[in-house]
Amino acid sequence: MSEKILEVKNLKKYFKTAAGPLHAVDDVSLTINKGETLGLVGESGCGKSTCGRAIIRLNDPDSGEVWFKGDNILKYTHRKDLLRMKQDMQIVFQDPYSSLNPRMSTGDLIADPLKINKLYKNKDDLREKVVEAMATVGLEERLYGSYPHELDGGRRQRIGIARALVLQPEFIVMDEPVSALDVSIQAQVLNLLMDLQDDFSLSYLFISHDLSVVKHISDNIAVMYLGKIVELAPSHEIFTNPQHPYTQALLSAIPRPTLEDNTEEILLEGDVPSPVNPPRHCRFCSRCRYRMPICEQEEPALTEVGDKHSVACFLHHDTQASQA
Amino acid sequence: MEKTTKKRRFLRLKEFWRRLKKNKLAIVGLCILCFLVLVAIFADFIATHDYAEQDLLNQYKLPSKDHYFGTDKFGRDIFSRVVHGSRISLTVGFISVGIALVFGSLIGAIAGYFSARVDNILMRLMDILLAIPQILLAIAISASLGTGLTNLMIAVGISSIPQYARIMRAAVLSLKDQQFIEATKAAGGSNFRTIFVHIIPNCLAPIIVQATLGVAFAILTAAGLSFIGLGLDPGVPEWGAMLSEGRDYIRDFPHMTLFPGLAIMITILSLNLLGDGFRDALDPKLRD
Repeated sequence: MSEKILEVKNLKKYFKTAAGPLHAVDDVSLTINKGETLGLVGESGCGKSTCGRAIIRLNDPDSGEVWFKGDNILKYTHRKDLLRMKQDMQIVFQDPYSSLNPRMSTGDLIADPLKINKLYKNKDDLREKVVEAMATVGLEERLYGSYPHELDGGRRQRIGIARALVLQPEFIVMDEPVSALDVSIQAQVLNLLMDLQDDFSLSYLFISHDLSVVKHISDNIAVMYLGKIVELAPSHEIFTNPQHPYTQALLSAIPRPTLEDNTEEILLEGDVPSPVNPPRHCRFCSRCRYRMPICEQEEPALTEVGDKHSVACFLHHDTQASQA
Repeated sequence: MEKTTKKRRFLRLKEFWRRLKKNKLAIVGLCILCFLVLVAIFADFIATHDYAEQDLLNQYKLPSKDHYFGTDKFGRDIFSRVVHGSRISLTVGFISVGIALVFGSLIGAIAGYFSARVDNILMRLMDILLAIPQILLAIAISASLGTGLTNLMIAVGISSIPQYARIMRAAVLSLKDQQFIEATKAAGGSNFRTIFVHIIPNCLAPIIVQATLGVAFAILTAAGLSFIGLGLDPGVPEWGAMLSEGRDYIRDFPHMTLFPGLAIMITILSLNLLGDGFRDALDPKLRD
């Protein structure tokens, strides 16, 4: 049933800085099945947005492979191929304020991708398609001529979603699509995204720093730390059985509405190491409470510890080795 | 189908007009400008005398019933010369600013949008032009092109390109990293389309202001060039040239400079008012 739609292999994206290459995304591999959502979580600056952008080639990655529908899209060079690829792979941005051209009306904004890809027969057809897309995301037709500054954040973000949807993509990168919205609007937009996923069998890469949001929408979750994926597992597995010390710390930080608070909050000490020239050993070890000698010598690889559950931590390499 | 498209475009114009109309000052500017253009078109009918006719018995006459604006040192009727001068001065003002506006904005937009290398090459070229005083540059260009109205406009136009390029580049740089530019790229938008559809419309405000001020400068530079013999024949009526001619007599006969000066001032004023109105009417954020 679950058919792979996107497979990312060893994706790397370094930015040049005066101090040396900044390892924004360092050797990330992940897979997304058709109609499913992969949540990508991590703290700010860990490279999750860069990863999403590199996958759809908004920032060209330095190396790696991105297999989408049987093709390595990083090999595309012709504009025709790129246009076709961009129709299939879209993105919804985080900030609904700066991601919409302030001089364009709602109708023009949604028509923009259609015009670029020449996906309409005539002006009436164009308008019809725009109005249809507006209806799909729950925007009333009377807003056709409104400008972004006249609308609230939720409606603006719906325009952003309509801009992505109007090209009928199969895969959408959701780059923190709700983090700039009010909590009440967040729920509406999240429900909209999930309805759209069912209706059009879309696949999402859902980037967020908010675990509760990700829990709501994801089938699988990848936890990222300093440019690397440290844990990858089905959603319920991450929440019930977190293996990596970093994931455990993240989960313990979610506020719980309980009377008897018996869960221990794990406070991380120290700072994230600089992504410019990151350590060659385990990147988390400076903040890890289970630090072992080996952690400061080698870098743990992402290894499977259970059903579809992979962790990059020496703690679990041992258990696996002892089991074997 | 064709009909609805036209209708929609018409509606957009109508909307623009409706918003412009609300700005009373802009309408005043528009009226003055229309009036000036009409004067230029019907100069032959409005002028009371032949603009070139000399009347050496009536030199330096103050304004009177016979000569509304008085006469100059050859006894020529200043009113008729100001009226006829509107033709040349408006043409020079608008066309040279047009040349500078189009090429300057394009160069600035390209320099701001593309890589640092393109930016460096183009802006260093502009710096070379900026390093030469503008009037000197215009002199050099018109000296190499030869005299005549067309060459005059080209010379004045080219010499003001760098200003527009700088303003445009600065505006583009501040826009380039906005997310909506990235959003249109994510949809597959080409660089060309991004510049023309998304960037330039957002950079209009400072350019419009610069252009309205630029018209005055163009008229005066053209006069300067004519003065040193690189522009038009001295006999041709033109506001700037009339100003510099009358300068020597400003103590005794200020009317010789007053009227052409007023004409230039009114032109600039009307353009400024209209320019502000355009800027506001084009900005959806300022909609009622």
